[in-house]
Amino acid sequence: MAERVVRLPDVGEGIAEAELVEWHVKVGDVVREDAVLGAVMTDKATVEIPSPADGRVTWLAGNVGDVLAIGSDFVRLEVDGKSAPATEAVKVASPAASASAKKPEHAASAPRVPASEPPDAPRAQPSAGPLHHAGDRPLAAPAVRLRAREAGVDLRRVRGTGPAGRITHDDLDAHLARGGTATPYPTQTAVTDIKIVGLRRKIAEKMSIASSRIPHITYVEEVDVTALEDLRAKLNSQKQPGKPRLTLLPFLMRAMVRAIAEQPHLNAHFDDEAGIVHQHAGIHIGIATQTPTGLVVPVVRHAEARELWSCAAEVTRLAEAARNGNATRDELTGSTITITSLGALGGLATTPIINHPEVAIVGVNRIAIRPHWDGAAFVPRQMMNLSSSFDHRVIDGFDAARFVQRIKQLLETPAMIFIDA
Amino acid sequence: MTEITCKLLVIGAGPGGYTCAIRAGQLGTDTIIVEAEKPGGTCLNVGCIPSKALIHAAGEYETIARAAEGESALGISTAKPSLDFARTIAWKDNIVRRLNGGVAGLLKRAGVRSVAGYARFRDGKTVEVETQSGRQMIHAETVVIATGSEPVALPFLPFGGRVISSTEALALTEIPRKLVVVGGGYIGLELGTAFAKMGAAVTVVEAAPRILPQYDCDLSDPVARRLTALGVTVLTGAKAKALVADGTALAIETASGEQTSLEADKILVTVGRRPATSGFGLETLDLDMDGPFIRIDDRCRTSMHGISAIGDVTGEPMLAHRAIAQGEMVAEIVAGRRRAWDRISIPAICFTDPEIVTVGLSPSEASSKGFDVKTERFPFKANGRALTLDREDGFIRTVVRADNHLLLGVQGVGTGIAELSAAFSLALEMGARLEDVAMTIHAHPTQSEAFHEAALKSLGHAIHI
Repeated sequence: MAERVVRLPDVGEGIAEAELVEWHVKVGDVVREDAVLGAVMTDKATVEIPSPADGRVTWLAGNVGDVLAIGSDFVRLEVDGKSAPATEAVKVASPAASASAKKPEHAASAPRVPASEPPDAPRAQPSAGPLHHAGDRPLAAPAVRLRAREAGVDLRRVRGTGPAGRITHDDLDAHLARGGTATPYPTQTAVTDIKIVGLRRKIAEKMSIASSRIPHITYVEEVDVTALEDLRAKLNSQKQPGKPRLTLLPFLMRAMVRAIAEQPHLNAHFDDEAGIVHQHAGIHIGIATQTPTGLVVPVVRHAEARELWSCAAEVTRLAEAARNGNATRDELTGSTITITSLGALGGLATTPIINHPEVAIVGVNRIAIRPHWDGAAFVPRQMMNLSSSFDHRVIDGFDAARFVQRIKQLLETPAMIFIDA
Repeated sequence: MTEITCKLLVIGAGPGGYTCAIRAGQLGTDTIIVEAEKPGGTCLNVGCIPSKALIHAAGEYETIARAAEGESALGISTAKPSLDFARTIAWKDNIVRRLNGGVAGLLKRAGVRSVAGYARFRDGKTVEVETQSGRQMIHAETVVIATGSEPVALPFLPFGGRVISSTEALALTEIPRKLVVVGGGYIGLELGTAFAKMGAAVTVVEAAPRILPQYDCDLSDPVARRLTALGVTVLTGAKAKALVADGTALAIETASGEQTSLEADKILVTVGRRPATSGFGLETLDLDMDGPFIRIDDRCRTSMHGISAIGDVTGEPMLAHRAIAQGEMVAEIVAGRRRAWDRISIPAICFTDPEIVTVGLSPSEASSKGFDVKTERFPFKANGRALTLDREDGFIRTVVRADNHLLLGVQGVGTGIAELSAAFSLALEMGARLEDVAMTIHAHPTQSEAFHEAALKSLGHAIHI
């Protein structure tokens, strides 16, 4: 028998540490070679660490949520034989995030019952099974039911201490004594602690940095998208097979490319410590995307060089990859400006938080038919608000407004998106 | 036309309606009840009560007749008895009359005003009644529809002549020599059995593959065996087709597809009952319906504010004690009490020979509700009291949750076990577990011991089996 140490491999480019997000084994487990031992998360990719050999787990590096240094001991195995090297940093197949979206429930620790029981804790737990009788009716004698009804007590809220969870007169008395009277909505005192780990922690950190360091200016403007929606519907109905279905996003991306051509300083990173704005010629648009584990921002690279269909195809591909948890690290970093959209849930207006260190983010609100005064009458038009935020340290309100007005103009007369003036 | 107002108006003085009115009166609610016939409804006048009277008389007669044929195991012998059926009917009518008078007296004592006649809705708060003394308009804050149900006729076999419903069967002046019963449900079998015991040659025509299809076979089999022993011909899977031309026989198609006919002095059609929802202007209210029934919530409120409905018009099971409980509840709600329907079980009894009692969930109903179920039965042949009654057929069955032994249902079949239903219902309503029944002393020697023993058996330690 020999001990073999599995060390945390370098799972990204030049990353010093990674957060432990999931254990697949526990001490004492027998594992086969290539079985997954656990998963760690780097910037935005989750990486599973396989076992380099058959063996029995004798030690684990820590708890979910701990941050481990690259190269530190990860798992210790008891293995057969003598020839195997004493320690080994396993090879990771690819830096692709292979399982980040699989089991979101593992990202949060189990709800914890507060150490001190609340005063209305049951005196005794019933033996087994659900508390209530057929048809979800609480188990109580008719006289108890009548008293409860007259006191306005919903017996489903009363813990029964009798056999099979039967609610006795005493249980009802105790419930009433606690003040559980006429309200069907009793006060709740339990606190559930949820550990913020993995992607959720990354999001929290990024949001804190962005919100604490960037003085945001948010500008909301409405856009008449009736013509754009007509065009979009026509293009979708006549598209060739194999082409992606067009959403509003590729049009907005193309409009942003045109607007940025006139205001290139909006497509930038602001390094506030160095006091430098890095203005990028390439337009890499981050698309804020909801995944089962949380918000990620896959990046459509070089939007300036993509036509409409290519934008659409890339958005579709990236959104899929992000949701399936197999977007690569490259695909999740390097944006220079970001779009955030909640689709049908887009609401009237939002206050988007800038994707640090970028300087602008464009938020898309819900499209709705609203009455529009055309000068003579109210006409129904498809209206959509854009809620956009800018880093006020480097973008003035006037520039922000000009940028949004330009996008509005392009979206309202969509031909202008495609025709060079 | 005279006009009167009241707080509560009850339409129909059946068990549900009169109970509602009496309870309302007790609570000081200004109440009027409208009824065209004698108080007591189907149950008292042409249902439960008169049928039980006839069933009892038939049972007594049959015991004596069997003794006269030398078949009494008890050693009793007698001359061939005779039955003065007119006197039997008179005795039954007297019981009904006494109860009619009783109900009327109770209503009066509770301060309820009774209006005789047929009610007709003018609107949701107003009904019109044709009384002997002229037309009466009644305005009420709350109206309770308790109009009950009526026998369903077969379209090809309308009531009239030899074709009768249960109502006419309870008012016959002589015992039919040949009686054909169409419909082997509980009403047809209760009456068919009674007439068979009183000497009629009875044939039961049932379309389903077995009698009492609403019960499981375990419960219906002892009844089927007893029918055979009583000489009743049971044709299952058979369809009644039509009266033959001269109206003296019923054409049927047997289970094997054979076309034949059954001679009959009377053809009793008992294929079900339907709610009485038409003919009194209910349609104009446009209440939400639930199939043929009036839709109600857990407080017996209909879809129209201020109109409640109770009893057979509101759905299955069409049983008097359900209507009674609903009526009581509605009266208390009208008086401002907080009430809602939360009963665990509505017991049902089939007064066949032997009797069937069902309370709560059957084994299959319990399983279909997702419970892990434990079912156990204790036979009356291992019950001393049953042997002393010379009737050892049948059993008591418990249905419990396997995990916590909570009683979900109790069923039984046996002679005279209708009275045991009280014990079963109380156990269910109290939330009893097997252990509760097992730890309760059941008097010896009684049939109730079979309930105790079924519980013990389910716990794995029955004594007498």
